[in-house]
Amino acid sequence: MTKANNQSVDLSPVGAILAKHQDPKGELIALLQDLQELYGYLPQEVLLYIADKADIPMARLAGVATFYAQFHLECPGKYQILICNGTACHVNRSQELAEIIEDKTGVAEEQTSLDGLFFWRRVACLGCCSLAPVMMVNSQVYGKLDKSKTAAIIDELRNQERTVR
Amino acid sequence: MKLLLGLGSCGIAAGALEVEKVFSKVFQGSSLSLQRVGCNGMCFAEPLLQVITDEGESRYYGRLNADSAQELASDLLKGVLPDAGVLPQEEMQFLQKQTRIALRHCGLIDPENIDSYLAAGGYKALEKAFTLAPEEVIEQVLLAGLRGRGGAGFGAATKWQAARNEQEKIKYIVCNADEGDPGAFMDRSLCEGDPHSVLQGIIIAGYAVGAQEGLLYVRAEYPLAVHRLQIAVRDAEKKGFLGKNILGSGFDFTIRVVQGAGAFVCGEETALLASLEGKRGMPQPKPPYPAACGYKGKPTVINNVETFANVPWILENGPEAFAAMGTSDSKGTKVFALAGKIKRGGLVEVPMGITLGQVVMDIGGGTVSGRPVKAVQIGGPSGGCLPASLLDTPIDYAHIGRTGAIMGSGGLIVIDDSDCIVDMARFFMEFCCHESCGKCPSCRIGTQRMKEMLEKIIAGKGNMEDLEKLNEMALAIRDGSLCGLGSSAPNPVLTTMRYFPEEYEEHIKDKRCTALQCRALLHYAVKEDECAGCGLCADACPSGAISEKENIWQINKEKCNACGLCCQACPNKSIHLCSGEVTQ
Repeated sequence: MTKANNQSVDLSPVGAILAKHQDPKGELIALLQDLQELYGYLPQEVLLYIADKADIPMARLAGVATFYAQFHLECPGKYQILICNGTACHVNRSQELAEIIEDKTGVAEEQTSLDGLFFWRRVACLGCCSLAPVMMVNSQVYGKLDKSKTAAIIDELRNQERTVR
Repeated sequence: MKLLLGLGSCGIAAGALEVEKVFSKVFQGSSLSLQRVGCNGMCFAEPLLQVITDEGESRYYGRLNADSAQELASDLLKGVLPDAGVLPQEEMQFLQKQTRIALRHCGLIDPENIDSYLAAGGYKALEKAFTLAPEEVIEQVLLAGLRGRGGAGFGAATKWQAARNEQEKIKYIVCNADEGDPGAFMDRSLCEGDPHSVLQGIIIAGYAVGAQEGLLYVRAEYPLAVHRLQIAVRDAEKKGFLGKNILGSGFDFTIRVVQGAGAFVCGEETALLASLEGKRGMPQPKPPYPAACGYKGKPTVINNVETFANVPWILENGPEAFAAMGTSDSKGTKVFALAGKIKRGGLVEVPMGITLGQVVMDIGGGTVSGRPVKAVQIGGPSGGCLPASLLDTPIDYAHIGRTGAIMGSGGLIVIDDSDCIVDMARFFMEFCCHESCGKCPSCRIGTQRMKEMLEKIIAGKGNMEDLEKLNEMALAIRDGSLCGLGSSAPNPVLTTMRYFPEEYEEHIKDKRCTALQCRALLHYAVKEDECAGCGLCADACPSGAISEKENIWQINKEKCNACGLCCQACPNKSIHLCSGEVTQ
């Protein structure tokens, strides 16, 4: 975790989220999900704050936060790309999508691109097997992909960003 | 005239929302309107519109896009039912050969509207249940012979009775919707298409067991299912199907939707309970079974989504009707997610006892490529790869078990001869290795070692002793793991070694992959009689593997890393992928 991150985390909304959960320890996963929804990831200072306020050992928090694939400890990109690596997608060459995404975003799996736009990883199965191979960008599912369609999606997202700026 | 548009995750991904916009625009100001429904299972034809005429005749218009939707909408507005775009009779076999119980409402009702469910006879089973004593409800489920649809096939009534017998006052019902098997989407479709039937099943179970609360544990990767279940719970509360004194019966029950956080092992019931309690999802030794000591240490019944969806039907139609379907040890129907290289992929529900071949060939239409079916992977990463010669195996717990595979939750992945069996085994082992929670060393380390051995074989560096070692480790992992993930993780390797030994040998002895999938065993070659001698391939090759000899270009096998750039560069398409003497 970098210094810059430390300074930018605003802890003021944490209290309200914590108050929503009567039994923070028993509802730890839901609590972390709410926090991640707010921050986009689980900043270390937020976890430390929760550990202190809710009296949950930091080891327990870190244990849970690192066990589940959904939780990020680093700030992920604006666009989270999940490439389905389910069986149906695997036999329909989802590996090729991963190669294209890595190439196009210029970043390795589970890492965020330098411009902060893209984060990608492979996931077990998105359950849209009949549209294999598929990927999900934030909550939008794209199906029946091939190399060129996948590349075009990334290009379009990048173009959108350019026009916004 | 009723117009039903499938808007499940799969339909939306296929473009159903754009199609809906077109229809809404054309229908504006007219008496026609679309009804949003869940997926009817015909994923291969999505976006899909079902038209039901006033005479009750159904027509299905498939593979719609903005243009075809525009034409269809205009025709419908004029009162014309066009023939263009109607799914051909051959494709309709997909629906005609099914028996739909769990999926009976999927694709026919609006999952976000409780009135639509009530109009289809919803919550009648709950009324019926309240006319019976809790023990009588369990008796009905027992007579029906309903077995858990999550994979292991444990008798549902047995679990219910065990939890009912416990003296504790506080009891829970848990619905397992943590559908993690890659290649399976039955539970997603059910939760998205007919959430109230699932809720109804849970409430009935709660009444039978004497529980006060139900917890619905859904995968976070299924945002639409979570959304629709939450709406369903809210609406059921408003209508008095949940809450205090339900339908005047004196029975109080609530349901909470809880999201998983992405861990395959949480499909295992004790790991799921740990996750519900806010812990790492690691399994516990059994006994005690959850029916005695489950969520927060209280008696808990855990069943899968499909199991609960069957319960209302059993109460409405009687256990005899349910038990009349299926085989002696496997009653009723089973939902399968057909995917992979299948021509007509989607969700199908068939009576137990039908053969694998009937599902794959008659309903699914065989492979999309028209090539022969090579194998069917049943039961996900815990299941097995069965060869085409076993397609006449009846689908029931006993017959599937005898092949070395398991029924599993219902994933059926069809693969053809362009898929490598050894690579499939590696794929599943990689999955299990990644998803192992790490509690049991034999699973944590064993799956890693098995994965490495398979990678070695795929890289052409394996030897025949590796096969013996794989076998030995598979048995050790099976016996040395606490939960289903570890004990079944070696299944895909064991079944593929049993049914496809020649493919393993080929990779090891001949350094050849007939399916042309394992990159380390592949190279490209120029067909001399087709080569125009332009040399573009040599310019494209990053490895310097291509050289000219007397105006004919040749690829050095040793230097070639099978990247395929030469093949793309060749204007004559005279470069082919090879492995050993096998050529594409």
